[in-house]
Amino acid sequence: MDELRIRSGDDVVRVRQQVRNAAAENGLSLVDQTKLVTAASELARNTLVHGGGGVAQIEIVKSANGRTGVRLHFTDEGPGIANLELALTDGWTSGNGLGLGLSGARRLVDEFELNSKVGAGTSVMVVKWSR
Amino acid sequence: MEQVPILKIGQTLFVSIQIDLQDESVMRLQEDLADELAATGANGVIIDITAVEIVDSFIGRMLTMIGSISRLFDAETVIVGMRPAVAITLTELGLSLSGVRTALNAEKGLEILNGKT
Repeated sequence: MDELRIRSGDDVVRVRQQVRNAAAENGLSLVDQTKLVTAASELARNTLVHGGGGVAQIEIVKSANGRTGVRLHFTDEGPGIANLELALTDGWTSGNGLGLGLSGARRLVDEFELNSKVGAGTSVMVVKWSR
Repeated sequence: MEQVPILKIGQTLFVSIQIDLQDESVMRLQEDLADELAATGANGVIIDITAVEIVDSFIGRMLTMIGSISRLFDAETVIVGMRPAVAITLTELGLSLSGVRTALNAEKGLEILNGKT
């Protein structure tokens, strides 16, 4: 499992490139690669901007029916999210963005899991499967 | 941070994004374009994103804002060369890039700008 630190805008770009490579090497279509990389970009930015930096992990997984997937974990030790449901609402934003980061990222992947504890940090796990 | 160059040809500013965009680079481009529009009086901006592999919500918002800023300088912005996978992803993300024109390629973008009287 590859682990990448997210501490700057350059790191966000690096995460995108590594996710792109992992997705391409594991048979995701071009559209699915683009969706996963876009979701990774949103989540890496959240880790940096809202979480004060953190870590991204890239993992290759196999499903029971033999499909290959790329699983990403984004973890930070930032302030956490008080209201998860609200944070996943389209258009809701804690800053001056469009409020599409988290909700949009969720739409772009096949599996999405968000865990957060106020004062302890946030972790997001996503998976995109090859078809 | 890498910088995106801006070329002026006639009354049009051309921007071809050839780097993997990080947030700071897009914000810098926005400022540079506003300065160029003010300095040159150009009446059109073409942003070529042929080489751009992803447009996420931040980059999308910045492109929309560039369109709005250009309009304040009486210039129209056309985004050209969007990859099909990027178009599909943007739509699913929920971004419509409202307020900016799009065209298939730079040539068609230029036609749109030249049709403007």
